[in-house]
Amino acid sequence: MASDTARPPWRGPFLLTLPALAVLLLVMAVPLGVIVLRSFTDPAPGVGNYVWFFDTPVNLTVLARTFKISFWVTLCCVVVAYPYAFAMSVAGPRLRLLLILCVLVPFWVSGVVRTLAWVILLQDSGVINKGLVWLGFDKVKLIRTQLGVTIGMTQVLLPFMIMPLYAVMRGIDLRLLQAARSLGAHPVKTFFQIYLPLSLPGVFAGATIVFILALGFYITPLLLGGPQSTMLSTLIQQQVLSLLNWGRGGAMGVVLLVATFGFLAVASPFMRQKYKISGGGR
Amino acid sequence: MTLASKGAAIDIRGVSKFYGNFTALDDVSLRVEPGEFMSFLGPSGSGKTTTLNLIAGFTDLSTGEIRLGERSIGHVPAHKRNIGVVFQHYALFPHMTVAANVAYPLKQRGMGKAERAQAVEASLRKVQLESFAHRYPSELSGGQQQRVALARAMVFNPSLLLMDEPLGALDKKLREVLQLEIKRIHRELGSTFVYVTHDQEEALVLSDRIAVFNKGRIEQVGTGHELYTAPQTLFVGQFIGESSVLRGPHRSAGDETALTLGGATLTVPGAAKGEGPQVILLRPEAATVQAPGTGPRDGRTNVVAGTVREMLYLGSAMKYEVALAGGGHVIARTATQESPFAIGSPVEVAWNPKDSTLLADDGSTAAL
Ligand SMILES: Nc1ncnc2c1ncn2[C@@H]1O[C@H](COP(=O)(O)OP(=O)(O)OP(=O)(O)O)[C@@H](O)[C@H]1O
Ligand SMILES: [Mg+2]
Repeated sequence: MASDTARPPWRGPFLLTLPALAVLLLVMAVPLGVIVLRSFTDPAPGVGNYVWFFDTPVNLTVLARTFKISFWVTLCCVVVAYPYAFAMSVAGPRLRLLLILCVLVPFWVSGVVRTLAWVILLQDSGVINKGLVWLGFDKVKLIRTQLGVTIGMTQVLLPFMIMPLYAVMRGIDLRLLQAARSLGAHPVKTFFQIYLPLSLPGVFAGATIVFILALGFYITPLLLGGPQSTMLSTLIQQQVLSLLNWGRGGAMGVVLLVATFGFLAVASPFMRQKYKISGGGR
Repeated sequence: MTLASKGAAIDIRGVSKFYGNFTALDDVSLRVEPGEFMSFLGPSGSGKTTTLNLIAGFTDLSTGEIRLGERSIGHVPAHKRNIGVVFQHYALFPHMTVAANVAYPLKQRGMGKAERAQAVEASLRKVQLESFAHRYPSELSGGQQQRVALARAMVFNPSLLLMDEPLGALDKKLREVLQLEIKRIHRELGSTFVYVTHDQEEALVLSDRIAVFNKGRIEQVGTGHELYTAPQTLFVGQFIGESSVLRGPHRSAGDETALTLGGATLTVPGAAKGEGPQVILLRPEAATVQAPGTGPRDGRTNVVAGTVREMLYLGSAMKYEVALAGGGHVIARTATQESPFAIGSPVEVAWNPKDSTLLADDGSTAAL
């Protein structure tokens, strides 16, 4: 033992990260650097692009909306994924495989195709509205609304919520619930006092991933949304590809990036755990 | 708030538990007296945990009735039974400190904060962990975790405490320390304890009485001494302590039975147990090993001839395994001899008939 702790830490693990680091540097850091640079230099040196961004009300509206939609998508994902992941974690091996496939198979289909499927479902004469009419309800405007965008994005992002939740839930010892009951806790309380707190790390992990992915979502809001549900990525795309304004597009990207980091900084204390889940015997 | 502090009796009456076609418990009846320390001992899969889970309310009865004190608890949900349970896997809540774990049952019972803190401290003091109150379970050793689990299970003064192999995951040294602690706590609390174990030594050390389980039934209930000296079934005789089993055709006359083994006739007190084949169960310390022809030939002592197959020196004693001429073998333990019999030497094994037991042959073989 003593020699173990005395020995300097092996540098091998660090070397193993080199290929990934190299790729990240090439595809992430360099383009990002260029974007940041251009946001301060294109068309003229200075902070003009940022001044423009915060001086243009529509930009701020869209930024706020981007956060709002991402928030709702994250919430919907948590609500839908939680029982699903729980079922996965307690299912027998065959049912579990089936449930995992149900999550993963749509994942293998391209996002564009899935979004187009949602267009068919959500449009005014689509399956959902026909169903509503058949049941005697009024039609609901879904396509080109924030509701439609939220529904579509929730479906696309759901696997990113389910997988981390499932990973955490699988590690929760269900016998703890038995123990809690023997100590006098009603089954409902055993859920809220024992199971839920133990599953929260999975909720936070999944929610962070979903929220951050949602902030930068492009295809789904574009195809399912209308003018009232434009998200920031769409604006960036317009600036860069339609207006060829790299500086402004870059500035918007940087604002989104900084906002995302800000969110992470706020969220990360919640994700730190004071305990290890595997407190038990073996 | 008032908490019962005296032990309650458990009455298990004709309880069975089926899983599909499988009978995990077959018409078990058992009474545990108030304040008694009862151990469940038996091989793996014999139904010990099942019985405990039925008492705790984790599984539903198939048939029968369970009473705790005056109350029939068969249909009371687990969280209303007020029974403390200690698990082999500790089952501490990993997201709560030691103090919060121990306070948990008190919180469920609506005890006030100040009173709770006092009770938690007192309970942790009983297991000598007062100074660990603010740690998380993952920061404790296995033995410490099990102590916390014990403190948590007894903090609400349950009239009954169930423990399912609580020391099973710990090493021998620690087990012995905790056995003494559990025994002391049992004395201090006065609650009824039901303790499941694989380890017969542990059962003998701890319990007032032991219930021996086998294949979903209770074979015998008794003190360790009763089980050792007067087993009622071959299974119990073989499961508790070391023994030799002698098989052969038998003939009963009055209250004595004779078994023929090779050329020897072995007598044993008591009439044949049932119609089937009979066996003689012999404890190692009852048998003497002697040179052929040296023992008394009074017709009262059983003598069989054999060859020393194994000889073990155990310090204060020695153990012989003698292969008998008529088949089978006998294990004998004697005081250390100056000149022991060598392996392969012809010997006689002798014992007083009243030191052996006649039992029906239920086909069980030596426990592992
Ligand atoms: N949920 C269940 N479904 C089907 N069979 C079960 C179930 N629980 C237990 N059994 C069976 O019931 C029998 C008794 O199990 P039990 O857990 O009571 O044994 P045990 O005496 O506690 O054994 P061990 O010493 O190994 O813990 C076993 O054969 C087991 O396979
Ligand atoms: Mg068991």
